[in-house]
Formats: sequence, structure tokens, C-alpha cells
Amino acid sequence: MLDKIKDFASWFFVTGDPLIYGADIAIALTTLAIVFVLTYFKKWNWLWREWLTTVDHKRVGIMYIIASLLMLFRGGVDALLMRTQLAFPDMKFLSPEHYNEVFTTHGVIMILFMAMPLMFGLFNIAVPLQLGARDVAFPFLNALSFWLFFMGAMLFNMSFVIGGSADSGWLAYPPLSELTGSPGVGQDFYIWGIQISGIGSLMTGINFIVTIVKMRAPGMTWSKVPMFTWSVLSSCITIIIAFPVLTVTLALLFLDRYLGAHFFTMDGGGNAMMYINLIWMWGHPEVYIVVLPAFGIYSEIVSTFSKKRLFGYGSMVFAMMSISVMSYFTWLHHFFTMGSGASVNTFFAITTMVIAIPTGVKIFNWLFTMYRGRITFSTPMLWTLAFIPCFVVGGMTGVMLSVAPADFQFHNSYFLIAHFHQVLIGGVAFGYFAGLYYWWPKMFGFKLNEKLGKWAFWIWNIGFYVCFMPQYFVGLDGMTRRVSTYGWDTGWWAMNFTSTIGGFLMGLGFLFQVWQIAHSIKFMEKDTTGDPWNGRTLEWSIPSPAPLYNFATTPMVTDRDDWWEEKERIAAGHKPKAKPELEPIHMPKNSAIPFLQSVCWFAVGFGLVFHWLWIAIPGFIGVFATMLAHSFNYNSDYYIPVDEIKRTEAAARRSV
Amino acid sequence: MKLATKMMRRFGALALLGGTVLMTSGCQSMIVFDPKGPIGAHQRDLIYFTMLLCLIVLVPVLALTAWIIWRYRDKKGSKAKYQPEWSHSTKLEIVWWGIPIAIILVLAIVTARYTYMLDPAKPLESEKKPITVQVTSLDWKWLFQYPEQGIATVNYLVIPEDTPIRFDLTSDGPMNSFWVPQLGGMIYTMSGMSTTLHLQADETGEYMGTGANFTGRDFGKMGFTVEAVSTADFEKWAQKSKESGTALTDEGYQQLAKPGTSGEVTYASIPDGLFGRIVHHYSMSRGAPAGIFEKATTRSELYEGKPAEEDTTIDDEQSGHSMDDMEGMEDMDGMEGHDMSNH
Repeated sequence: MLDKIKDFASWFFVTGDPLIYGADIAIALTTLAIVFVLTYFKKWNWLWREWLTTVDHKRVGIMYIIASLLMLFRGGVDALLMRTQLAFPDMKFLSPEHYNEVFTTHGVIMILFMAMPLMFGLFNIAVPLQLGARDVAFPFLNALSFWLFFMGAMLFNMSFVIGGSADSGWLAYPPLSELTGSPGVGQDFYIWGIQISGIGSLMTGINFIVTIVKMRAPGMTWSKVPMFTWSVLSSCITIIIAFPVLTVTLALLFLDRYLGAHFFTMDGGGNAMMYINLIWMWGHPEVYIVVLPAFGIYSEIVSTFSKKRLFGYGSMVFAMMSISVMSYFTWLHHFFTMGSGASVNTFFAITTMVIAIPTGVKIFNWLFTMYRGRITFSTPMLWTLAFIPCFVVGGMTGVMLSVAPADFQFHNSYFLIAHFHQVLIGGVAFGYFAGLYYWWPKMFGFKLNEKLGKWAFWIWNIGFYVCFMPQYFVGLDGMTRRVSTYGWDTGWWAMNFTSTIGGFLMGLGFLFQVWQIAHSIKFMEKDTTGDPWNGRTLEWSIPSPAPLYNFATTPMVTDRDDWWEEKERIAAGHKPKAKPELEPIHMPKNSAIPFLQSVCWFAVGFGLVFHWLWIAIPGFIGVFATMLAHSFNYNSDYYIPVDEIKRTEAAARRSV
Repeated sequence: MKLATKMMRRFGALALLGGTVLMTSGCQSMIVFDPKGPIGAHQRDLIYFTMLLCLIVLVPVLALTAWIIWRYRDKKGSKAKYQPEWSHSTKLEIVWWGIPIAIILVLAIVTARYTYMLDPAKPLESEKKPITVQVTSLDWKWLFQYPEQGIATVNYLVIPEDTPIRFDLTSDGPMNSFWVPQLGGMIYTMSGMSTTLHLQADETGEYMGTGANFTGRDFGKMGFTVEAVSTADFEKWAQKSKESGTALTDEGYQQLAKPGTSGEVTYASIPDGLFGRIVHHYSMSRGAPAGIFEKATTRSELYEGKPAEEDTTIDDEQSGHSMDDMEGMEDMDGMEGHDMSNH
């Protein structure tokens, strides 16, 4: 019996690598510590009531952000492992198998489990508040989205200690990702981790579209919607069209691997090119999905910290919407080199270039928002200012890549790696950091330390250029992506070593951010005004952190930057807008179902990974049972009475 | 705040300086910018052109950014204009919709022309008769067959200079990509189909070649060398290869195709129509059985008892191949022992 258990464990768990054993110990200790703290301080109940079952968009947003920062840590460690392996020629730090797992994990985590949830976190925090709404349109669905993402992410993440990680690249090109090329269960963890969280992403897309269309405060016509909210709308429209493609593609790959279908296999009439077309029909819009909200964040911040209206509002909206439409027509530029004819390549080269037009226009509009403004350099603004040159350069190399015949020399080289890191870090990560710093006081009621934040900013930025600029050159020198080692004779050492230094600098920058958060929690600098940045939109008109119901009375919107105009009117000696009488507020009740249903999904995924139907089938039953239970739950809402609102508001005012 | 702007200025200046230095000094040493064939040369020119076009936008935009940030920073007694309400100007917007449209228009026309001109499937113009090389990417090695010469090599290519080479590419395994940067851009190799790439070397020399699309464990060891020699030397080499021993048989190919790395190998003859069979094996296998009973397994089982490093060997000592030193055949024997072990 004992032998059997031992055999099973040495099959089930990943063995033989000291790094993995280290991770095992770290995971065990962290889990124990969390359990101990929760038990010792009697916080289990609090955790369940206030967080695990919450449907409040602000809390869901905070959970998204915490999860994504953890994922940023994991993806970052993976990046540093890779950079260490590449620091010197012929390094033996990671074996090729391990290296392949690490870069696959890095890519999947950074895009799907770091960028996406951080983005959703910011959606959740800011959109309802900018709209003057009390929550998103479907708060229950919102919580379900989060838990599906979370369980999907956990499923994917656990694979490096249980069963082994995926190792065929972040987009899992077949036939490599088929059973013949990837006989490990890691590929199945990949499929189910992404499938489960992908359902969540799709539902979030629907949820925010409905929220923005239906729940704008009275008076907020389309031309008065804040730019971040517009960007969320454009991003969500892209989500609901692109994500089903991903779901279908991965489902077909799953059928290949699980039931021996031949959609993308080498033999049996399978066609791997089909997968590559499909995955990029999602994959290309995906990068616009993550970058559009960053554009929205920059727009808010540029205007706030220049104390000036956003320049060219109409142009900005048109540019974003056109990007979200055009993003569906460029996918083939990811494989110009696959042998399609000149006409096909020309078409996709030109559609790709065309996207540079609205993007360039946005840059000019941001610049002219600052022109004749008054620029202050708080951390959100610093990240925004760093974004502009970084993204312009990244965009230019993108244009270079779009020139199909030239791409034959760039494709899959480090030139490409440098390009997409420059737009994804310089565009997306910088934007989300900016947004995080910007809305942090609204989330938690205190500001983050500016001094440490500036240190983090500079280290991050210098690290970024040191890391990625050399990669352009080493790519032009013939180094291809995903090679686990290279020889001295290649002449790539100096560039790679420099790049590694930059990578570690960015890691140091991240540590500064962690320090900044810890320091700011300890020496809390309370935001008593609710409007620490002299903001322009509705979220700054309410106390920080926002009360459960957000707005005691529904705001009446009359202007584009409504809160700014209101402040101007008051400063000019006019009376503030009249507020209606308080009324009881209709709110959704907490629900355990999103959490429980996601746990069931986790079981489904886990069971299918190992072909253990005795886990997968009960999991499926659980999913349907929880759906059914929710359908018959009529006790889903309640009213906050007027005197409770009065008490909450008075407490918030007192601290003002 | 002041410190921030100051630091930003310095940083910007530094980055600009560093960038310029790297650009001007670095370009010459990058192999993509040092092409040795007509395709590579056209691609380099095209890259220079797009780079220039981009710099025309980039430099003014960066300068404008720096100036605006500097000019309109919030400081006491700033004399810069402050117009918090000013947020629209049709004229200005026409300008910055117009500029990128004009640039993209130019670039689009140039791109379209070059895309047709440099279509990899288009034969190169030359007085000399092109030579065909049939390329098969395997796990994790390259097989190059010369059907006209009736010989084959693994992980190295010898080509005559000034002669167009027609590469027919396929894969017996995951998708890879055939790339010799100094001759020109890459094309994917895919199982069940044959793609075409025309390249030519204008001068003799040794050029680095590599696989550019990830194919699994030892993808990093799929580098190969391309040796461009004079036509006479090429004939000599082909003749010598033919005389010097081992043939590539169908069984030998099956051995070679098994996962594993390899040194440089030369074959004196090749089975008739092997390349076509490799392609058709996958394109014709319509009735393949469903692999319904095949199951994925854990990493521990896959690598059980095999420390990751030890089972992959490169014949480093054998890589010193040269024109006169044709001992490739022995590599094959050496390999069957440990190299081709299946994982």
C-alpha cells in the first residue's frame, strides 16, 4: 500500500529538479502560514463573508488585482530564470526541457493571468464609479467571472509541481502541442486553465458592455462618457468577438488530444495551419484587448495631471473604435513566412500598417492635451510620460515588422521579442501601473508613497531599456526566440548579458513596488478628500474608499468632465448641483455560488487533464447543480435603509 | 517634481545618444545588415527604407514630447500659456490624421511592390541553371537532399556561389522555419506540404543557418552552416561525397527521423523520391486511426530515470567538417549508439 502511494506520488508530482523542490517547500510553507494566520486571528468567517462570496465590484476588482500581482511575480521569476539561462553561452542552469516549460509558462501567465486580470481589476474598480452606477449590470456574473479566472489560473499554475508544465510555447502550435509532440499532461493543464478562465473573460466582456450601455448616470450621453469607459467598451466588444474563437480552437485541440481527433495532427488529414490561423484570430485582437484600456487610462491621467480637457475627444473615440474593428483583419501578419502568396501577404501587411494611423493620432492627441496645460509629475503621470516614447518606438518597430518581405528577416527572431515586449510592457504594463497608482486611493482610501514609487519607476524604466534594446540587435544578428542556449561563436554574449542585467533591474523595480505598497500600508497616508489628484470624473466625487453603494444619490451628469466642471462652478461661487432626497438603495446579496461553481469547474478541468472521469463527472454535475440552485434562488437582493446610508455618509464626511 | 523632470531629461538625452551610437555602429555587424545574396540585400534595403521612414516620424515626435513636457510643466510663475478649456482644433486634427495616412500610403505602396518582387516562391533571374535542395526539418536536425547530385547532408549545406538555389521545404515533425539570415528571409517547413524558397549566395563564405520556429526539446541545437563555394569546388565536393561511402536508405532515414540531435553527416546516395514520400506520407494519410486510447502522462514518467542533460549529445568533435575532410559517414555509426535514442 505504502509502495503504491509512493509510486503514485513519484508519478504524479514533478520530481528531480532542485528548483521544483524549492518551490514545493515554498508553496507548503505559504499555505501553512495562511491557514495559521486565518485560524489564529479567527478570520475564516471574514474571508468567506467579505471576500469569497462578495459580489461587490470594488472587492472583485481588488481580488483581481491581488491575483494578478501574484501572477506578475510568478511570470517575472520565470523571466529571470530565462534571462539567467541566457546570460552566458552554453549555460547549464536550466535543462532544455525546463527552459521550454519556463518560457511557455511565462508567456501564458503574463498575457492571460497577469495582464487580463489586472485589466479586469481596473475595469471593476473604475467603470461603475465613472458611470455613476451602483455596481456592474450583473454583479453575480461578475463574481463568477472572477472565480472562473482564478480557478483557471490555479489549474494552470499548479502544473509545474503536479504533472509537469506545458512546454510548447504560449500559443501551443500543433503538431508540437499534439500528443505526438507533447505527450505530457502539461498541455492539458494549459488547455483547461485557459478554457476555464476564458469563459470568465467572455462573461466579463458581456457584463461591461451591458453596464456601459445601460447603466450610465442620467445625463451621461455618449459624448460625455469618460475616455477610460470608452476604452473599456471598445476592449469588451473585441473580447466578445475574439474569445469564442479561442474557446473553439482549444476545444478542437482538446478533442485531438483526448479523443484522438485529427483537426490539427500531422496525419489523418489534420491541418496545423488551421490552428495557427484560428489562434491568431483570437491572439491578435487579444493584444488590442489589453492595450485599449491602457489607452483609456493614459487619457484620464494625461488630462488630470495636465489640468486640461482631453484633446480631440471625438477623434480619440473614433480611433479606439476603429482599432477594435481593424484588429480582426491583421492576424496573418504573425505568419507571413508560412508561404502564403504575395497577394495575401500584401493585404495583411497593409491592414496592419493602417492600425498605426489611429494609434499615431492618439499619441498626438495626448501630446496636445499636455500642450498649454500644467503638467505635474505624480507617479501615475510619470508612467504615462514614459509610455509615450516607449510606445512610439515600439510602434515603429511594429510598422517595420508589418512590411511583409522585411518580416522574413525579423520573424521569430529576438527583434520580434524586443518589439512585442516594448509594446506590451511599455504600452500595457506601464498603463496598468499608471492606473493602479491612479485609482489606488479610491480602492483603499490611502495613497501610495510617491518617493518609493519614483524609485520603482526609474529602476523599471532603465531596466526596461537595458533589457530590451539589445534584443533588437541580437535578433538582427540571427538569434531566434526560444533557443535554450547558444555558443560563444555566435557573438551574442554581450547583448544577452546586458539584457539579463536589464531583466534583473526590472525585477528590482518590482521589489521597490512591493516595498512601496508595504510601506504605504504601514505609514498610511489617508486620502480624506476622496479626490487626491484633483480629478475630473465622477469617481472622485465620492469618498475614498467608495462606500458599498458607491453613490448615495444618483448623480445628474451635465458635462463631459462632470466633477471638474462642478468644482469650477463651486469655485466661481455657484451653488453645487441639487441632490435628490435619499432613498433606500437596492443592492445584490452575496452569493457562494460563483465560488462553488468555479471549484466544480476546477474539478472538471483537473479530472480531464488526468483522464480521471470520477473527478470530472462529479465536477460537471456540480457545475449544473450550482447553476440550477442559482436559478431558483429568489432571495438575491435587499435594500439599504435610508438611515444606514445617512450614517455611512456622515462617517465618510467626518473623515473628510 | 523638479528632480523628476531633470532626471527625465537626462535619461532621454542618454537614451537618444545611446540609441544613435548603437544604430550607427551596430548595424554593420548585424548579419541581417550584412547580406551575401540578392534576396538578403533587397531585404536589407527595404529594412533601411522603413527604418528611415519611421525615424522621420520618430525624431520629431520625441522632440515634441520632450519640449511639451518641459515647456508646460507646472512651476511657479510659469509664463507658458494655460488654456484648460482648449480641447479641439479641426485644423490640427486634420494635420495629424493626414501625416500618418500619407506615410502609411507610401509604405504600403513600397511594401506591395517588394512583396511581389521578393515572393519566396518566385525563381531568381540568372543565367545559371538553379540547383534544387530538398530540405526536411526533423526532430532536431536538418536533412538536405540534392536530388540532381543524388547526395544528401545533415546539418550542413554546401552551395555554389552565384547560382540560384531552389529550396523545397517540408517537415517530418513539428513546424520549423528555415533561415539563413545572410542569404535572405525564412520560410516555414510543414509536414504534409512543400513550401518553396529561392535564395542565392553572391560570394563564397560560411553562413550561419538556423531553425526559427520552436519544435521542442532540442530546438536550440538545430543550427547548421551554409558553405558557399565556387561552382568547380561544388562539383568536386558533390563528386567526392558520392564516392565516399554510405548511402541513405529508407531504413536509414527512419533512423535519422527519430528524435535526437545529430552532427554533420554526408550521404553518398539517396533513395528515389524520398522527399516526395515524406511530404505525401502526411498529406495522404486520410484514414489514420483515431488515437483514442493514447493518453498524456506526467513529466515524471516521461523523464523518469533520465537526468535531463545526459541523454542529449551533440557530436561536437565531428563538427569540424571541411571540403577535403569527408568523414561524415563515421558520424552515422557513432550516432546510432547514443544519439538517436528515442525519448
